[in-house]
Amino acid sequence: MIMKRLMLSAAALALSAGVAQAQYSDNKVKIGILTDLSGTYSDLAGKGTIVAAQMAIEDFGGKVNGLPIELVSADHQNKADIASSIARKWYDTEGVDAIAELVTTAAAIAVREVAKEKGKIDLNSGAASTPLTNDKCSPTGFHWTYDTYAMAAGTANAVVKSGGKSWFFLTADYAFGHNLQAQTERVVKANGGEVKGSVRHPFPNADFSSFLLQAQSSGAQIIGLANAGADTINAIKQAKEFGITQGGQKLAGLLVFITDVNSLGLETAQGMVLTTGFYWDMDEGTRAFSKRFAERMNGKMPSMVQAGVYSQVTHYLKAAAAAKTDEGIKVADKMRELPIQDFFAKNGKIRADGRMVHDMYLAQVKAPAESKGPWDYYKIMRTIPGDEAFQPLAESTCPLVKK
Amino acid sequence: MMTIFGIPTQALFGQLLLGLINGAFYAMLSLGLALIFGLLNIVNFSHGALYMMGAFVAWLLLTYLGAGYWLALIIAPLAVAVFGIICERFLLSRLYKLDHLYGLLLTFGLALVIEGLFRQLYGISGMPYAVPKELQGGWNLGFMYLPIYRGWVVVASLVLCLGSWLLIEKTKLGAYLRAATENATLVQAFGINVPMMVTLTYGFGVALAAIAGVLAAPIYSVNPLMGSNLIIVVFAVVVIGGMGSILGAVITGFLLGLVEGLTKVFYPEAASTVIFVVMAIVLLIKPAGLFGKRS
Repeated sequence: MIMKRLMLSAAALALSAGVAQAQYSDNKVKIGILTDLSGTYSDLAGKGTIVAAQMAIEDFGGKVNGLPIELVSADHQNKADIASSIARKWYDTEGVDAIAELVTTAAAIAVREVAKEKGKIDLNSGAASTPLTNDKCSPTGFHWTYDTYAMAAGTANAVVKSGGKSWFFLTADYAFGHNLQAQTERVVKANGGEVKGSVRHPFPNADFSSFLLQAQSSGAQIIGLANAGADTINAIKQAKEFGITQGGQKLAGLLVFITDVNSLGLETAQGMVLTTGFYWDMDEGTRAFSKRFAERMNGKMPSMVQAGVYSQVTHYLKAAAAAKTDEGIKVADKMRELPIQDFFAKNGKIRADGRMVHDMYLAQVKAPAESKGPWDYYKIMRTIPGDEAFQPLAESTCPLVKK
Repeated sequence: MMTIFGIPTQALFGQLLLGLINGAFYAMLSLGLALIFGLLNIVNFSHGALYMMGAFVAWLLLTYLGAGYWLALIIAPLAVAVFGIICERFLLSRLYKLDHLYGLLLTFGLALVIEGLFRQLYGISGMPYAVPKELQGGWNLGFMYLPIYRGWVVVASLVLCLGSWLLIEKTKLGAYLRAATENATLVQAFGINVPMMVTLTYGFGVALAAIAGVLAAPIYSVNPLMGSNLIIVVFAVVVIGGMGSILGAVITGFLLGLVEGLTKVFYPEAASTVIFVVMAIVLLIKPAGLFGKRS
């Protein structure tokens, strides 16, 4: 009798322990921020994304159903091989349940492969390319803040509709630049515009004068900049110098971050039209978050990538709490089920292909006289509804989308 | 309209002129490198970082002291030269008797440290710096619009290069310098303070890099990595010109600017590689470089 009771209680104990383990691995929820901490993207992503994730965890209360939340971070140096080996180590031996941020398409895709194979969660904020929600999509992979489609559609639509019909492209000669140019060309042509030509410049490139002269002699009304970071900054700076903008041609920056505008200065950047997923000075919610963020970042306001990381980490934690587990597939299903409602995304929702659909914004850079101080850079001209901003689900080549 | 290989001649003139302007930067930087290599036997890998420091000092002066471009053009090179001289006295001077490789490693390390510091302090995306009021605007040359500032860069670079060349080839100080390059011990035996001369030469080379940095600030993005992107090309220029040849460095600088400019018209994708192709060809045919003497 005693023996039987002992065995029963032992079995019950084992069972309960087993259940607890199945719920949350290692009895905690662990999130990894994998980003560029030292290279080209370290201002628009970088340390700021770690701060944003910390804030998300603190605001969530630091616990999921009573279990602690842990945050780790690493620098992937924008290299795919480093990114995938860190992801493997994190998922396999260090108990990381979700990896977030992931700027640079090559790194993002490398981590996506690993996460998909292991049924773990990956949350993209910084990477731009659309394959993440097309042929590289995954049941546990999400794309949060923006992509080349949304940037191209937002800016090119607005520019063509306001009369900029003929385009010439300066394109960074690598996958991202080609992707961005192709997406933009499609929108320009669909709106009745024409493409007069393009030139592919080496990446990175300091002197754009030669390419700008080629763009100038093409006679196109709009010079589309299908590049990013320092390349975009150099091109804009030199276009002003060479009198391109004074000569009546306009520049369309297809991927411009607030950190780029900060670096250009309003004198040079004023009047430029761009698309963004977030701007700090839109309403009470964005201002409150951004003020707290700036206090921790020496006065720097958050970029859309950094704000996006706060939103994605918060949503992940909500889903992990609601699903009562940190098992990849189950949390991912819950994430798709729950709406996203925070300062970053109003009525955001996640589609079958992993795209988080939310409103994007068409902004214009203020003139120096209109700006009240540091980081007061944008006028929001239009809210682009999520369904219009992102690639329609019907066009997605993601195998998870049922047609 | 007349065309050459399908490109209108007018456009081609424009591109050649632009090539010359870029060549001006190559020339200034490779001149400093060649000077330093000639006398110190150091392959100065920190040259790019010092160029970046020149641009950043200009930005710092403007932002924190309100000192404009012209003042920066004088103060920045001096400040960076002082920094360079301190490095030379306390670090580089210990390596002269050793293999080239040690100097290369030390200066490469220095470059990483300097760039890392600036990245930590000012981030990666760069700082705004406007073209000075006096040099804004441009001339319409008929075949292209030439910004006044670019014209100024070419003139300033030509004056600096020519001045340095005259100083080294035609003055007594230059004669000491060249003699010390040939045989330092003998020159010292004549009572000339060779270590002092070495230090000042390094300071001068560094100042040249800093001036190039200030000249670049209004047209390129002022960021901590601006030098490391340029320095590899400049090294190729020095190798093509012939290590240690001053005139060679200057002429090759301008020439390669032209070659690069033409590539940007005919096959832009190759614009960043063409200089290295030229380098490989030159090394195969003339291993000592176009103007180098076989030692």
